[in-house]
Amino acid sequence: MNSPVTEAELQAWVDGQLKPARQGAVNDYLAQHPDQQARLQSYRAANAALRARYQPVLDEAIPPRLQQRPAANDGWWRPLRAAAMLALTVAGGAAGWWLHELMPGAAAPSQAIASLANLPQRAAVAHVVYTPEVKHPVEVTADQEQHLVAWLSKRLGAQVHAPQLGALGYELVGGRLLPGQSGPVAQFMYHDASGARLTLYVSTEQKANSETGFRFAQEGEVAVFYWIDGKFGYALSGQLPKAALGKIADAVYAQLEPGA
Amino acid sequence: MADPSASLIACLPRLRRYARALLGERASADDLVQDTMERGWRKLASWRAGSDMRAWLFGIMHNLHVDQLRQPALPTAPLDETDENALPLAAPAMEPGSSLALRDLDAALQQLPPEQRSVLLLVALEEMTYDEVAIALDIPLGTVMSRLSRGRERLRLLMQGQAAPAALKVVK
Repeated sequence: MNSPVTEAELQAWVDGQLKPARQGAVNDYLAQHPDQQARLQSYRAANAALRARYQPVLDEAIPPRLQQRPAANDGWWRPLRAAAMLALTVAGGAAGWWLHELMPGAAAPSQAIASLANLPQRAAVAHVVYTPEVKHPVEVTADQEQHLVAWLSKRLGAQVHAPQLGALGYELVGGRLLPGQSGPVAQFMYHDASGARLTLYVSTEQKANSETGFRFAQEGEVAVFYWIDGKFGYALSGQLPKAALGKIADAVYAQLEPGA
Repeated sequence: MADPSASLIACLPRLRRYARALLGERASADDLVQDTMERGWRKLASWRAGSDMRAWLFGIMHNLHVDQLRQPALPTAPLDETDENALPLAAPAMEPGSSLALRDLDAALQQLPPEQRSVLLLVALEEMTYDEVAIALDIPLGTVMSRLSRGRERLRLLMQGQAAPAALKVVK
């Protein structure tokens, strides 16, 4: 019954967590040990001081950033965070390229590989940046499609086309001009009836690659099919399963094929 | 049963208070809260309805904090050279208006080993039961009790300006 008082019980006494059955035993012990009593009283005082010190935080206005709930279907913040990371990667790639320029005799093929690897990343960043836009998703809207295509072709220095994806349920929203790795690139945007958006990124910067088959990259939430055709580099991006996006990429490829 | 999203939001003020005391500084504390909330929202589906949301969230925060501590070189509390002036000097920048005594409390808290600080704050500030602390931190009850005991004693000595080096050796 009267087992010796333990340190854990003394702690519990401080916090009011002592089992009632042991209250008497601990009280007796403390009456006989004033030094212990003083120690425990100082612990109680520390508890009160800590609560007093940090209590005001409970009443502070909570910063809005802490209250934002991520969108119900997959968080919005992940593509953005991925985009930020991609931007860093791309910046790193650009720095590497710049260093190459400074080193005479540096191997050209690695440059070409680097620029091919950059294509899906750049496309994914552009996709993530512009598809959430409500008011200004594109610079020129689809009702001026002829003008859009003529303008982008002129700026890219090559004839570009906006594929028709109506058969797959996607309509052209419009397009915009973007800075690429070394010059202008084009982005066409499409949406389906639910508002889900796809982008087709077209660059004419592929100097060293003659042709590649389809390649696939998953950049965070964004799936990207990309391929090289002559000096053109294409990347189709969307937040879609790989198979669904692949079907659309087939259609895009078929329409863009030279002579199609 | 309350809506889990509402319960999550309801924990915010307490998470902020705990993080502030744990880290001693507002910006990094709120960063930790934000990371905790993001993970909380994402894992909300895996939270078992009926279990203690608060312990669950504090556990998430604890894990994130431990990860943070591991990344940079462990911010080991300087073993004060029994210099009585070490304490005020080591005080982190505080919001204006806080008195010297409060600043001392913040500074002393920051000098506790993190594992002792967590336990002490969950008990003293959050007023969790020892069992709840064991669940939130995923440690045995005995470890909760020994960390609590050591952390308290160390805090008391620090506040008296005499963090005994001998007490430091006791830690694990």
